[in-house]
Amino acid sequence: MSELTHLTLADARDMLRAKKVSSSELTRAFVAAMERARMLNAFVTETRDRALEMAKASDERIWRGDARPLEGLPVAIKDLFCTKGVRTTAGSRILGNFIPPYESTVSQNLWDAGAVMLGKTNMDEFAMGSSNETSYFKPAINPWRARDSNENLVPGGSSGGSAAAVAASLCLGATGTDTGGSIRQPAALSGIVGVKPTYGRCSRWGIVAFASSLDQAGPMTRTVRDAAIMLSHMASVDEKDSTSVDMPVPDYEDGLEGGVSGLRIGIPKEYRLQGAPPEIDALWQQGAYWLRAQGAEIVDVSLPHTKYALPAYYIVAPAEASSNLARYDGVRYGHRAEGSHDLVDLYEHSRSQGFGAEVKRRVLIGTYVLSAGYYDAYYTRAQKVRTLIKRDFERAWEKCDALLTPATPGPAFPVGRKSNDPVSMYLNDVFTVTVNLAGLPAISVPVGLTENGLPLGLQVIGKTFDEATALRVGRSIELAANFTDRPRSWWMA
Amino acid sequence: MSERASKYIRGATGDWEIVVGMEVHAQVLSNAKLFSGAATVFGAEPNSQVSFVDAGMPGMLPVINRKCVEQAIRTGLGLKAKINRRSVFDRKNYFYPDLPAGYQISQYKQPIVGEGEVTIDLRGGETRRVGIERLHLEQDAGKSLHDQHPDYSYVDLNRAGVALMEIVTKPDMRGSEEAAAFLRKLRSIVRYLGTCDGNMDEGSMRADVNVSVRRPGEPLGTRCEIKNVNSMRFIVQAVEYEARRQVDILESGGTIRQETRLFDSRAGETRSMRSKEEAHDYRYFPDPDLLPLELDEAWIEDIASSLPELPDEKKTRFMEIGLSAYDAAVLVGEKETADYFEAMVTEGAEPKAAANWLNNEVFGRLNKAGLSVVTSPVSPSQNAAILQLLSDNVISGKIAKDLLDIVWSEGGDPRAHVDAKGMRQVTDTSMIERAVDAVIAANPDKAERVKTKPKLAGWLVGQVMKETGGKANPQAVNDVLRTRLGITHEG
Amino acid sequence: MSVDKTTVGRIAKLARIALPDEQVESMMGELNGILGWIEQLHEVDIDGVEPMTSVVAQKLKMRDDVVTAGGDAAAIVANAPQTEDDFFVVPKVVE
Ligand SMILES: [Mg+2]
Ligand SMILES: [Zn+2]
Repeated sequence: MSELTHLTLADARDMLRAKKVSSSELTRAFVAAMERARMLNAFVTETRDRALEMAKASDERIWRGDARPLEGLPVAIKDLFCTKGVRTTAGSRILGNFIPPYESTVSQNLWDAGAVMLGKTNMDEFAMGSSNETSYFKPAINPWRARDSNENLVPGGSSGGSAAAVAASLCLGATGTDTGGSIRQPAALSGIVGVKPTYGRCSRWGIVAFASSLDQAGPMTRTVRDAAIMLSHMASVDEKDSTSVDMPVPDYEDGLEGGVSGLRIGIPKEYRLQGAPPEIDALWQQGAYWLRAQGAEIVDVSLPHTKYALPAYYIVAPAEASSNLARYDGVRYGHRAEGSHDLVDLYEHSRSQGFGAEVKRRVLIGTYVLSAGYYDAYYTRAQKVRTLIKRDFERAWEKCDALLTPATPGPAFPVGRKSNDPVSMYLNDVFTVTVNLAGLPAISVPVGLTENGLPLGLQVIGKTFDEATALRVGRSIELAANFTDRPRSWWMA
Repeated sequence: MSERASKYIRGATGDWEIVVGMEVHAQVLSNAKLFSGAATVFGAEPNSQVSFVDAGMPGMLPVINRKCVEQAIRTGLGLKAKINRRSVFDRKNYFYPDLPAGYQISQYKQPIVGEGEVTIDLRGGETRRVGIERLHLEQDAGKSLHDQHPDYSYVDLNRAGVALMEIVTKPDMRGSEEAAAFLRKLRSIVRYLGTCDGNMDEGSMRADVNVSVRRPGEPLGTRCEIKNVNSMRFIVQAVEYEARRQVDILESGGTIRQETRLFDSRAGETRSMRSKEEAHDYRYFPDPDLLPLELDEAWIEDIASSLPELPDEKKTRFMEIGLSAYDAAVLVGEKETADYFEAMVTEGAEPKAAANWLNNEVFGRLNKAGLSVVTSPVSPSQNAAILQLLSDNVISGKIAKDLLDIVWSEGGDPRAHVDAKGMRQVTDTSMIERAVDAVIAANPDKAERVKTKPKLAGWLVGQVMKETGGKANPQAVNDVLRTRLGITHEG
Repeated sequence: MSVDKTTVGRIAKLARIALPDEQVESMMGELNGILGWIEQLHEVDIDGVEPMTSVVAQKLKMRDDVVTAGGDAAAIVANAPQTEDDFFVVPKVVE
């Protein structure tokens, strides 16, 4: 059984096609793993029956000879994606027992490709967080523990449940969403691969919105190949999302092994942070060395406005969120406060009870920066800084084809360590957030362990719509790093 | 009320000028809503025309309806306005149960249509220009029913997301008559364009009226905005009431507070809307779910080339074919009326005669019957035929009216009625005289009796009709007969 | 720029989030921590820079004017805390 759950998505696919295993067997193995791993709190909703039904239908298709690209492969869905008939919470109390009467485009694409749904994964409330600790359903736990320690670590966030589920082999892959690093940061902290595609590549339709101009769905898997496969079947041109791009989705698995020979890889000097652990810097240099060894040219580049990305993000994202979250008012769905004597009272108490502390902070910040008299000083200025950040990247592209940076400023940290200091929590996204502001694709690849035995990742940033190059570079790093460590299975019930 | 009385208001200390500007919300004629695929039909069951987008469900996204954009451009062109090649959709944030997403998608800083103008028609054929400030596209809100339950309001989102054009004027109108004339003209233009049905009863057109008063020649005074005035009559009442209220305040030493007021049509007065009084801070910002709207030159040209002839152009053309300014303005007010008139002219009616005929005979009858030119039982070609008979002297003016009544109730070819009912005007009286003489000669006893009992003349008339094959005008026969028999009065 | 207690109260009101008096102080501290950190944006020279409107260059998608949704009031109100005859029900709004 554990044999099956340790398969990569690509290998499982090949075995299913060769009829060496059935989807039902595979799915049962993952359901069992999921049910034994409740200590990790990776799932907020398990959909065992649905998974087994879907697997059975997949087996029939496989036997009929009309298997689809992801036929019978069990995956998990971040609870930010609306799933028809299955409770969707966004990690919040305010969505209550919301059961969407529709399916998000991305998850529908996966089902249309034959994938099997295991359940909905835990996450920071409304995707606001970098540790999964803001979830109304309690934190998800990182399967990794420091050497000789029983302390629970965060899996990163906001796609923490997905990261934990993939890292603990509770699914072949999972969907995540990334607004400021919410796929890549937890991927790095959990020792897995995470891809944030170009803004507009994956439809946002049916994904609970956090910050509309930054949100982007992507895959979280154990290998780069698996991420490429999954992304090919998550992305689509969608008439229902005005910001989805009208550009055909390539098969990202093709050309994955093309290597980096002749590619120019930029090293942005502004990503060298003062006070960052020396391991991060060493790993980064190691990564550059690996790529040079495989024939890439390493060039120094400058992204001068990097420093301003996080503050700009903490204006733009809360501003958009304050508006996106106005719909949670206890009228049409979700939590409604009891005993409200009038409408304003109903709004104020439903929202006060329904939202957690971090969401409230961001909604208030967002409301403030958009309010009369402050709009230009904050929001307009932040959007101008965003233009400058995008321009930085465009200049860099004159000198290189992709960028290599650390994924996070450090490894997974203990639950509770940073939760009382918002700004220090925000700094976890320092290497990832620029990419969202500029709408670029990026991949986080696990490359090694800290001295303490915790995973660290490197990030490869690609040009707009050039996920393929980012994936290819990521694959080259993966090959060189040969990261085969797994977390000890301490959570098995 | 004279033109002057409507523009000015007499106070205890002299005259005050009434200044009016307007924001009109015109519902775009489209099958589907501005950003969703739900229907826009009026009067459907609660929440039956609501998509998940309109209900503000999590993760739902807007995609703009091309037709609504086209309608806004068409309207802009009809208002002789600047079409902005690039416009931006913003979110206007506020909480209200009618507003499911917690924000209205509207256009704030960069509307799709910029400055334009409307020429309004005043009594006596006078015209006046009213400047258009802008036109922007936005979503309508849903509807709350407050009077169904003592403790609850009921929310129906059928209207939520329906496309509206908000058309904002400059403060160019003076007095209630001009305000009403503006709205009438605007309604006429959008109906010609087919961009709004102008149905005020169903809320397809709602006006927010800004009213202020000032001493003639002084700068603008502080204005009050009167919300949702939904008929021409109410506009006149609301402006008059509000101007009087402001003058009374000013003349008793007070100052006008800029505020939003509600017109209570039952009481005929405006009241302060306290709910709108709390400080609003809409936190506008560009909607990140949408991209800026960039318009192709070719598309705009295409729409421009398909514009129909508009009321002003039509009016000019009607005046060129002989109508007075007043008649022309009346006829072009409704496109259907103008079309009806033109169809009569095409059928050969003389324009001036056709206009008079419509104004004096047809419209009155239609009004009385609660009908319009579209549902008129008499067609333009039937009317044209009647006028033709009249101008050919086949029938008299009086007969023409009778004939209209006959065609109205019986239908059919007016010429056939004239023939069948012997309505033809016979000018050859000698023929009638010969026939009368012959009948008298053949029936001397009867003729004698008729002299003393004129009521019996009918039998002789009948004989004459028989003699003339029914072609004589019975009235003329009667007249000749009486003359011949020397009857001067009814017996 | 920093916020005082009155401002925090006003923002909470605008955002329709009940904020009990005893929480205003701590919220003010947190917000000022974040706002203070954001302040560094004022170091950036933004003269002549256009604010970003869309991160990926493309044209606005448009839909055809056809009815493709609606007709299912039950699905619209299915998740609502209080409904009657397919209406959403809220405490009475006094106009
Ligand atoms: Mg307005
Ligand atoms: Zn409006």
